[in-house]
Amino acid sequence: MARLTMARRSSRDRLWWWAVFVGCALPLAALGGWAATGDLGVNPIETIVRHLGDWALRLLVLTLALTPLRHLTGSTRPVRYRRMIGLWAFAYAVLHVTAYTVLDIGLHGPTLVDDLTQRPYIMVGMAALLLLIPLAATSTTGMIKRLGGRRWRRLHRLVYAAGLLGAGHYLLMVKADITQPMIYIALLGLLYGVRAGRWLAGRPV
Amino acid sequence: AALAGVVESPLSTDEDPNSFRQITTYNNFYEFGTGKEDPARFAGRLETSPWAITVDGACAKPGTLDAAALIADHRLEERIYRLRCVEAWSMVIPWVGIPLAAVLTPFEPTGSARYVAFETLEDPTQMPGQRSRVLDWPYREGLRLDEAMHPLTILAVGLYGRVLPNQNGAPVRLVVPWKYGFKSIKSIVRIRFTEEQPPTSWNMAQPSEYGFYANVNPTVDHPRWSQARERRIGEWGRRDTLMFNGYGEQVASLYSGMDLTTHF
Repeated sequence: MARLTMARRSSRDRLWWWAVFVGCALPLAALGGWAATGDLGVNPIETIVRHLGDWALRLLVLTLALTPLRHLTGSTRPVRYRRMIGLWAFAYAVLHVTAYTVLDIGLHGPTLVDDLTQRPYIMVGMAALLLLIPLAATSTTGMIKRLGGRRWRRLHRLVYAAGLLGAGHYLLMVKADITQPMIYIALLGLLYGVRAGRWLAGRPV
Repeated sequence: AALAGVVESPLSTDEDPNSFRQITTYNNFYEFGTGKEDPARFAGRLETSPWAITVDGACAKPGTLDAAALIADHRLEERIYRLRCVEAWSMVIPWVGIPLAAVLTPFEPTGSARYVAFETLEDPTQMPGQRSRVLDWPYREGLRLDEAMHPLTILAVGLYGRVLPNQNGAPVRLVVPWKYGFKSIKSIVRIRFTEEQPPTSWNMAQPSEYGFYANVNPTVDHPRWSQARERRIGEWGRRDTLMFNGYGEQVASLYSGMDLTTHF
């Protein structure tokens, strides 16, 4: 996806691109490393599913932080990697759901149907993934052109809902200690609040 | 330290036990943190000797149990039991313990005693997890008196023939193998005979999700996940969960005539 513009980029840009790419790939590599060394803990499937879910959510929140970061720092660099980070978030979400359906429940049909129709945290999580699919599908430069900037931007506002649904999925899952999911919800609240503030002030969001 | 004079029990399962490492590094013991590895990391600071358990309430001879004396005075049995967590994972654990009935009977519960209430130590300096109020400390559990007196119900004091590790509830914990793991309260400091059903921690926290009985029951789902299947730690696939965790032959009669959907 970056090949088109890569040629015109400086070596500094290239370095940044690789740094972000490697940064996003590291959690996946770590998982592979733990698997290779038998270091996934007492409940390996739980470790895999949780780790992938954690990183899907972390990277999703990170993509939402890039625009406020631009406003804060005045640098356009953060938003230049939003597409890549967003696609990584999507990849982690897909792997998370795949690990859950294949490894955790072993493609057991009745369990899957039951979960999708009766377990609120699964339904909310699945809704988050569904919202991310059109965003990933329209992430190419060609699709942006085909849709037109205005419609594309409107479509990609779905990410706000996906972020909340992702954090909500986590919140609905935990038994008693809601500290971690509340951190995500607070971060999202902060990021959305900043945007709402700018919108109310009539400035670009 | 190894425990002396442990005898085998016909009540043990012949299934392969989980490893010592699995049993001692994957624990729910929120007094030491909510992560599964937190208890193994932080339970070392719990001072388990001396350890006194107050026994009172509706009984003729209230008193105190000393944990060391409890171990010295009773015949210790190895009980290899299945443990089914409400989170849909399970293990097979070679406990060393004493039938709870043998411990409680000398206190002579009165005719009005219908329940037994248990409490864990409350001491945030030794139990750092208690500094956050994820549960209403101290941890509380309870059994009906006939459940407490059932031959399968034990106070565990050991694991794999050795003294119970702190993260597993040292020095004395309850083990009720046909109920979800959270009923098997750890590091007990108080036992009380009561006439009324005592409040219990998880039921207090989420009454719609955790009942007083908490019998393992594949047909009654937790509101947020299915209880029909479970992952035996160490296995990749899931296996079907058994009614009363496979102890139905011994315990089903305790609940005859009860609607287990409402008394979950």
